[in-house]
Amino acid sequence: MILVEDLRKNYGRVKALRGLSLEIQRGEIFGLLGPNGAGKTTFIRILTSLTRPTDGRVWINGLDINKYPEKVKRKIGLVPQYLNLDQELTAEENLEFYGRLYGMATGERKRRLEELLKFVGLAERASDLVEGYSMGMKRRLLIARALMPSPKVLLMDEPTVGLDPQTRRKLWELITALKNQGVTVLLTTHYIEEAERLCDRVGIIDEGRLIALGSPQELKNKVGLIAVEIMAPDGVKRRFFRNREKALEYGSRYYKENKCDFLLREANLEDVFIELTGRKIRE
Amino acid sequence: MRGFYTVFSRDMLSLRRRFTKHALAGMVNPLLLLIAFGLGLGRGVKVGGVSYLEFIVPGIIALSGMTASFSAVGISLNISRRYTKTLEILLTAPISPLAVSLGKVLAGMMRGVLSSGIILILGFIFGAKLSLNMAAIVIILLNCFLFASLGLYIGLTLWSHEDMSNFTTMVLLPMAFFGGTFFPLESLPLGFSAILYLLPLTHVSISLRAAMLGLDIPVASILIIPVLGIIFLYLGMRAFRKGDLT
Ligand SMILES: Nc1ncnc2c1ncn2[C@@H]1O[C@H](COP(=O)(O)OP(=O)(O)OP(=O)(O)O)[C@@H](O)[C@H]1O
Ligand SMILES: [Mg+2]
Repeated sequence: MILVEDLRKNYGRVKALRGLSLEIQRGEIFGLLGPNGAGKTTFIRILTSLTRPTDGRVWINGLDINKYPEKVKRKIGLVPQYLNLDQELTAEENLEFYGRLYGMATGERKRRLEELLKFVGLAERASDLVEGYSMGMKRRLLIARALMPSPKVLLMDEPTVGLDPQTRRKLWELITALKNQGVTVLLTTHYIEEAERLCDRVGIIDEGRLIALGSPQELKNKVGLIAVEIMAPDGVKRRFFRNREKALEYGSRYYKENKCDFLLREANLEDVFIELTGRKIRE
Repeated sequence: MRGFYTVFSRDMLSLRRRFTKHALAGMVNPLLLLIAFGLGLGRGVKVGGVSYLEFIVPGIIALSGMTASFSAVGISLNISRRYTKTLEILLTAPISPLAVSLGKVLAGMMRGVLSSGIILILGFIFGAKLSLNMAAIVIILLNCFLFASLGLYIGLTLWSHEDMSNFTTMVLLPMAFFGGTFFPLESLPLGFSAILYLLPLTHVSISLRAAMLGLDIPVASILIIPVLGIIFLYLGMRAFRKGDLT
C-alpha cells in the first residue's frame, strides 16, 4: 500500500532521512518508533507532499506521489504532530470544511460529522469555537478530522500524545477497527507500549535510518525475551535471555558473587533500541 | 476547480464573524487621511480644476483597497504557515494550487472591496462630487485583485514576520504616498514622475481618478493592473507547487 524506496531528505547540512526503504501492506498497522529528531515527522511530511524528498521515491496505492499528488491525497487521512485546527471555527465547522475539501456530498458530511463527534466525545461541544477547547479535546478533534473523508491510508504523527489513558485506549480500539475494515495505518510514536500492543509491525528509526523492522515479537526475540536488570553500584546493567530459568540462574549467580539486587522482566522494544544504539529512546 | 469555493467560503465566514472589527480597522487610517488632507490642508485648494478632496478620494480608495487586500491574503497566509499551521489543511487536501490560490485571492479581494466601499461612502459624506460608474467599479476590483495576488505571492515567499513587515514599510508604504495618491505626478520633475509610473498603485490611482471625475481613462494603465495581478497569481501558484511552505 505504501512503498518507499531509498528516501533521502537534507535540510541544508542536516540529513533528516538517509536512505529509508520500506513496504507497508494493505490493512496493516505499522508503527514507526524512534527518538526525537529521528526523522519520523519528516517521513510523514514527505508522504503527504508537504515537503519534497531530496532523493528517492514513494508510491501510495500504486501511484507515484510526485506524479499524482491529488489522487494520492484523496486516499490519505493525516493526524499531524501539532494541533493545526482552525481556531476561528467551531468543531462542527472544522469537520464540515474539511469534508468539503475532500469532495464529500452534503448528506454524507452531515452523517459522518455527527458520528465522529460522538465517537470522540465532542458532540455536546460541537458548536463551540475550537479556541476554547482543552488540549485533549483538540487532539480528539484532530483525529476526528483525519477520519472525516474515510481515508484508505491513515498517517498519524504521535496521535496519542496528551490523551488521557481512557481516550488513548479508545483510540487504539478504533485504529484496530479501522484495520479490520482494510485501512492501512502508519503511526509514529514514542510510547513503547503503544508500538507493542497496537502495531502489527514496527520499524525502529534512528538518525534517518531504519535500524530494525519486524513484528514486536520478532524484534524482542532478537535481543532475548527475558531481561535481567542488575542494580550494580555503577548503574543498572541489562542482560537478555531466551527463557526465565537461564535469566534467573544468571541473576542468582551475580547476586551471590557481588551482592547486587536484580530483577527479571519481559524484554520490550525499548531494550531492542538500547541494544541497537546504546541509547534510550527517551532520555 | 473543486475546493475553490470551500477555500473562499471559509475566509468569508471568518470575514462575516469579524465584520465590524474589519470595517472599523479599515476606516481609521483613511479617515485620518481624509480629514487631514482633504478637509484640513486641502480646503479651498484646487488641483487640475477639481477640489483637493475630490482629487484624493480616488487615491485613498486605491491605497485602502491595496492595503486591505494585500494583508488579508499576505499576512494571514504568513500566520497560517508559521504559527497556526492551518495552511497544511489546504496543502494536504486533494485540491489544486489554482483552487487554493483563487479562493484566497477572491476572499482577499472582498476585504479590499469592503475597505474601498467605506472610503467611497466617507467621501460622499464629506461632499466629494465624484461619479461611481462602471469603469470605476471595474478599476476598484482590479486593484483589489492585483494586491490580493501580490499578497499571495509575498505571503508564500517571505517567511519571517520581520520580512513581512519590512515589505510593508519598504514597498507598500512608499507606494501609498507616491503612487499618484496625494499629488498629481505632473507636479514632479520629469525623471521622478517617470519612476513613479513603475509603481503599480500609480496606474490604479490615475485611472480610478479619471473614471470618477469623468475624464478620459488611460487605457494602458487599466491593462497593466490585471496583467500584473495575473503574474503574481501565477508566481503564488508556483510557490504552492514547489512545496516546503510550512
Ligand atoms: N524544516 C526544517 N528545517 C531544518 N531542519 C529540519 C526541518 N525539519 C526537520 N529538521 C531536522 O530534521 C531532523 C528530523 O526531524 P523530525 O522532525 O523528522 O524528527 P522526529 O522524528 O519527528 O522528532 P520528534 O520525535 O521530536 O517529533 C532533525 O534533526 C530536525 O532538526
Ligand atoms: Mg516529529
